[in-house]
Amino acid sequence: MTDAVLMVPTHADLAEAVLRESGQDVNLCYQCGKCAAGCPVSYAMDYSPFQLIHATRLGLDDLVLNSKTIWLCASCETCTTRCPQDVDIAGVMDTVKTIVLRRRVKPTVPRVAAFYQAALGSIRLHGRLFELGMIVGLKRRTRELFKDTGLGMRMLRKGKLKLFPSFSGARTARKIFDRVRKLENQRARGASGEGDRK
Amino acid sequence: MTTTYAYYPGCSLHSTAAEYDMSFRAVCDVLEVDLREVKGWICCGTSPAHSTSRLLSHALPMKNLSLAEQMGLTEVTAPCAACFARLRTSLYEAKRDPELHRQLQAVVDGPIPELVSVIHPLEILGALGPEIAEATTHDLSELAVVCYYGCLLTRPPKVMQFDECETPSSMDRLLGFLGIRTLDWSCKTDCCGGALAMTETDIMLKLTHDILEEARGVGADAIAVACPLCQANLDARQAEVEERYETRYGLPVLYFTQLMGLAFGISPKRLGLHKHLVGVDAVLESVAPVTEPARGAAYG
Repeated sequence: MTDAVLMVPTHADLAEAVLRESGQDVNLCYQCGKCAAGCPVSYAMDYSPFQLIHATRLGLDDLVLNSKTIWLCASCETCTTRCPQDVDIAGVMDTVKTIVLRRRVKPTVPRVAAFYQAALGSIRLHGRLFELGMIVGLKRRTRELFKDTGLGMRMLRKGKLKLFPSFSGARTARKIFDRVRKLENQRARGASGEGDRK
Repeated sequence: MTTTYAYYPGCSLHSTAAEYDMSFRAVCDVLEVDLREVKGWICCGTSPAHSTSRLLSHALPMKNLSLAEQMGLTEVTAPCAACFARLRTSLYEAKRDPELHRQLQAVVDGPIPELVSVIHPLEILGALGPEIAEATTHDLSELAVVCYYGCLLTRPPKVMQFDECETPSSMDRLLGFLGIRTLDWSCKTDCCGGALAMTETDIMLKLTHDILEEARGVGADAIAVACPLCQANLDARQAEVEERYETRYGLPVLYFTQLMGLAFGISPKRLGLHKHLVGVDAVLESVAPVTEPARGAAYG
């Protein structure tokens, strides 16, 4: 940890935002560590799940928003399942990621954020995920042109990847995406008065 | 008696997991389970949606459930564990959170379905023990299989209400109806890293390696799965894991519906077994027609 993060602020802005948006109260956590013990990815994280929850309680918002942990979470729900205080820890990870993107904080694991964008772009455009299109979108964003090309070729040969997208449902999906965006923008404008947006 | 279900295949079953779709349909044909694909279905949004927008992550599944309801059907089946989890989660959250329910009404055309329920093929087929025993024409008792349930069928249990969350047994029981010997092992609900497969590949390789090690360790001839993401990691990425960890598994990874199809005497081609990246010859060699008195002995 750096010196800066040891200064504990007097109130926890992020914890309040998490509570408001997901209904999850991180103050219920009593630091038993069960979430971290069961987490299959904690070995690769910079802060283990219970450390991240604790930092959120303490108001160390910058540490949480800039952690790798939120992006490396595999959404396996083991932590949520085992928490004796019924905190939906995987849900908190999702909410924090949503806030990072909304506040335009630079994601600390950009590749994962790029994957989300590429996948959602494909779903919005086609209605159903078009894997090849999504892979191209991901490579364009990460510039890792040759990652997984061998696997991609093997899957193409086995007929496991479609060469052309389906467009059934494209209009339905686009309508939903646009309405959600509109509603979320309205809410963000409403919340900016409450200090959610910095 | 024929039962009719709205069938939500999801994106994977139309592409990377076409063999899951083929084998599920083939097995349902035999057991007279009537599947009607949801007209105009769209992606459930999966992890990219729930990681970036709570509203979007529930709007996409809810739209599909609403489309199913418009077909006059109230039970929706989704074989992909990720789709199944997203559909069930959205129903749960919309019931629990009136504000979300209100927003969903504004985003999804048509009323929010109230009577629709989401059911997994393991639940549908698991209730057909006598019919399965009756339909079994081939003996697979030579095979020792581990059932891999993955994360999303059972977790979080409050929402999913599926089997026992840490040590599920529904797939073991179902394969037992076919006379398949399933082995106990400790990785039934471990995570394969599916959500990170395309991005943090090193993490995914480690998690998948741990699962393959355990499967080999208990002496499995094959792994049975119910999730396209698990299957893609364990099968399509198995060669990559072998290369990284300098080992060799050669473990076939089959959907439970493919094993059912083999026991029912359905051709491997119709079950999509030619689409696997790890060869399934060893499994096919152990399939033998049953003699009449032995039929159905496994059930009961």
